[in-house]
Amino acid sequence: MKVIVNVFLKAGVLDSQGKAVHHALDSLHFSNVSDVRVGKQIVLQMNESDDKKAMTDVTKMCEELLANTVIEDYTIELVK
Amino acid sequence: MKVTILQFPGTNCEYDTQNAFKSLGAETEILWHKSESVPSDTDLLVVAGGFSYGDYLRSGAIAKFSPVMKAVIKYAKDGGKVLGICNGFQVLTEAGLLPGALKRNESLHFISKHHHLKVVNNDNIFLKKLNKNDVINVPIAHHDGNYYIDENGLKELYANNQILLKYCDENGEDKNPNGSVDLIAGVCNKERTVFGLMPHPERAMETLLGSADGVKMLQGFLEA
Repeated sequence: MKVIVNVFLKAGVLDSQGKAVHHALDSLHFSNVSDVRVGKQIVLQMNESDDKKAMTDVTKMCEELLANTVIEDYTIELVK
Repeated sequence: MKVTILQFPGTNCEYDTQNAFKSLGAETEILWHKSESVPSDTDLLVVAGGFSYGDYLRSGAIAKFSPVMKAVIKYAKDGGKVLGICNGFQVLTEAGLLPGALKRNESLHFISKHHHLKVVNNDNIFLKKLNKNDVINVPIAHHDGNYYIDENGLKELYANNQILLKYCDENGEDKNPNGSVDLIAGVCNKERTVFGLMPHPERAMETLLGSADGVKMLQGFLEA
């Protein structure tokens, strides 16, 4: 199974990269963008058929390594 | 006095750090990250600067799982003195030995220059040879030096005198190079045994090379 983890800075933590990209989009005249957040995507290929077990394991991976929960939030998506 | 200096793949300040402590008369040892123990005669453990594991994922994130880190965490929990400089500070926050986290600099640029710092608290072994509000000149060289801590964490830092140093200009006025919360350049744990800072005291050991203000900082550890 494929598991997609998205990691972003928490709401309220200033995202300088997002801000810089937003400015660049402004200068390209995309004036309808109101906010930009830049994060990272980590794609895991797992030998696991049990959704629940995969979710538990990946949550642990996020807490221990993939995200720094002092500043970052994460989402986990299981893809069949 | 024995100073043990950690070396991960990508560490690049271990020899500067060794040279600095040697010049102050300390015995030194560089410890490769595969070691599963900290030498028992260690008086101070230094996590030196650099780019451990190429800063992959996040600065310091992979280093915290190196074999030696279990021993480092135990050494720190048992009251051993630990100093993290630059990438070492990032490793110590990632490992949960120091509060907060280091984000990408607000400007998104790598910053490498001398910067002034103000001594905020000196009731600890690290800065005891300096006075409160002293302004010192120490190089900074980092991409991820933007210290972040949430509001409650910040209150705790103030309540327990855990803020060591703040960025300032030569007159001691506020000057923030990287966007750090409340200009914070270095902090310690509640017990005042684990210290971390982004600036490099080991690069401020010779007036001829720009500043010798690091001498008084590192000397604090040698006079326990």
